Amino acid sequence: MNGNDMTFRKLRSAAVAITAAGLAVSLAACGSSGPAGSSVSSDSASMWGLTGGNQPVLQKSVDDWNQANPDKSIKLDFFANDAYKTKVRTAIGAGEGPTFVYGWGGGVLKSYVDASQVDDLSTFVKDNPQVKDRYLPSVLKNGEVNGKTYALPNNNVQPVVLYFNKDVFDKVGAQPPKTWDDLMALVPKFKQAGIAPFSLGGQSKWPDLMWLEYLVERIGGPEVFANIAANKPGAWSDPAVKEALTKIQELAGAGGFINGFSSVAADSNADQALMYTGKAAMILQGGWIYQGMKKDAADFVKSGKLGYTTFPTVSGGKGDPANVVGNPSNFWSISAKATDAQKKAALDYVKDGMFTDANTDALISSGAVPVVKGIEDKLAASPDKDFLTFVYGLAKNAPSFTLSWDQALSPAQGDAMLSNLDQIFLQKISPDQFISTMNATIGK
Amino acid sequence: MAVLGSTNRGVRDSGPSGWLAVPALVFFLAFAVIPLIGVVFLSFTSWNGLGEIKLQGLASWTTVLTDPVTGNALVVTAKVMFFSFIVQAPVSLLLGVFTAGGQKYRAALAVLYFLPLLLSSAAVAIAFKALLDPNFGLGPGFNLPILAQDWLGNSDLVLFVVVFVIAWQFVPFHTLIYQGGVRQIPASLYEAAEIDGAGRLRQFWNITLPQLKYTIITSSTLMVVGSLAYFDLIFVLTGGGPGYSTRLLPLHMYLTGFKANDMGAASALGVMLIVIGLGLALLLQRLGGKNRNASQLEGA
Repeated sequence: MNGNDMTFRKLRSAAVAITAAGLAVSLAACGSSGPAGSSVSSDSASMWGLTGGNQPVLQKSVDDWNQANPDKSIKLDFFANDAYKTKVRTAIGAGEGPTFVYGWGGGVLKSYVDASQVDDLSTFVKDNPQVKDRYLPSVLKNGEVNGKTYALPNNNVQPVVLYFNKDVFDKVGAQPPKTWDDLMALVPKFKQAGIAPFSLGGQSKWPDLMWLEYLVERIGGPEVFANIAANKPGAWSDPAVKEALTKIQELAGAGGFINGFSSVAADSNADQALMYTGKAAMILQGGWIYQGMKKDAADFVKSGKLGYTTFPTVSGGKGDPANVVGNPSNFWSISAKATDAQKKAALDYVKDGMFTDANTDALISSGAVPVVKGIEDKLAASPDKDFLTFVYGLAKNAPSFTLSWDQALSPAQGDAMLSNLDQIFLQKISPDQFISTMNATIGK
Repeated sequence: MAVLGSTNRGVRDSGPSGWLAVPALVFFLAFAVIPLIGVVFLSFTSWNGLGEIKLQGLASWTTVLTDPVTGNALVVTAKVMFFSFIVQAPVSLLLGVFTAGGQKYRAALAVLYFLPLLLSSAAVAIAFKALLDPNFGLGPGFNLPILAQDWLGNSDLVLFVVVFVIAWQFVPFHTLIYQGGVRQIPASLYEAAEIDGAGRLRQFWNITLPQLKYTIITSSTLMVVGSLAYFDLIFVLTGGGPGYSTRLLPLHMYLTGFKANDMGAASALGVMLIVIGLGLALLLQRLGGKNRNASQLEGA
């Protein structure tokens, strides 16, 4: 290392400290208490999880682990999704990241790998074949960068699904859409009945993206986004992107989305509430909202009023209707900056603490499909078997499972895409403007 | 620095030692000047928050200055600044004059007016977000169509909603400043005016307002420069949306730095913010006239 590098390194630490200090003020309020028990000390491995459907499952898994392994205890904290994404990156940049880095794989994981912030787990996986063997193979590859394993799946498959309210459909005498034309024909029908056709958490921006992901998938197949993710120059100019954006604007222009969708936040679950309260007929959302509705609208789910189906096909589209988009799973990476003791505790937990029978059962009973093999019987025995087998079948039979684009791309590209897509939904820019702006971000 | 200088010129006996300023200066250096130098340096680099920091000359600056979003952020910031001022200044001046009166009921009302001061911006934003929700908020709840607008989702409305919520939160603070200012005005001025036959309105225009000149300048400076720092409230309330409608300069800086992870461009925006803020503060002080330290009070 030469002197210049040294100076930069120092400057960087200073810069990190400064930005972190500023952030700490705004984000300090997000933390919540860790697990009970006196075995957790300051040199324990630390873990940051997300609030939401999987929170109690993860809490229990870690509590059980800490009880059985007081010498390898884990300190667990929870954060809200959007706040977590900002906080973890700043913390890692400042060398203060948790031992367990919760992630989605894709471009964000790659940026950690490029900065040597997470450990290569290839040797660990080779030495412990039982770890790799428990997963559905299609899910594992999202934790790989340059052919090496940097992240291992830690919860459930989360394909994006079209949910609908059966009550509302009965009321207007309609059938769930099978094709895009069906879908467009439903819009005036529901509007006449005073019901919004689709709920949408537009303020959170990422729910908008599910529409673009599925439309591009159905129209052009998975190659279109594969080219974008591979940073091929001009990849956004694929005609499928323009057609998808045009269709979104047609749907928005026809009043397809609920009034005020751009102030509805998905983080507060307001978007799904609009559907199960019957203010909106349908919602395109991730598989994880089933867990939320099971809790917040137990009667609605239990009485079978919640319907779900795959995204409609588009006539003339090249994409296989069995393809899905969404999050194959969430992942644990291990921070390269953790101490050896922390790393050992973390890897032991990954090996022996995750996807134990109790953990798998807890995931299933929360309404989620764990990313492990051989659970068909368990799913079939669950009270939520209809939904769970539907999701399991979707994930297992999909020829292609595209990762959510905002996670697959680099953070700079992902942010530009979400901001510009928001403008598309609001009819503030044209598809051509979107495409040229996004082409300019290729390689960034 | 001026304080330290004056001690050397032998005024030590007449005032507190300049060394008393040292703790404040140390904090100022550590938390304002040094980070500022860091930000200026970062604005000439490319850094995603994780990897190596690379010097890249003016590239961040050209990106920021040619980006239409920056121009839009400046316009939105100017609008919020302008509307915030014309809403908050008269309201808080009148409320301040009102609450300065000694009557019991005014004191009771004053306590109510000051309540928003006790709430954090995030709490205020979350509360208003819930109240203004187009589907579950006040309007639909009470079945009042006039309140059932899409307050936070309509690009034309949202700016005024933001100005309103900011005013709701900050008017109490400025009211407090004016209340203090009004109570400083000697009662003898009003007694003399009454003898001369001046009515209530006349007294307000000819005594209260001129006597409050410096209070007005202080309060206006805080309002205008403070507009450059509105972040938490808007971040929670609208996240800068819909589209870019409420993406103020500080919010734009944050989103560029911590969402898009472009620290170089975010630092350039930060430098812009500082330059604009300092410029405005200096301008407002100038407007106060040269002898701004002179007292207008009789006998002082």
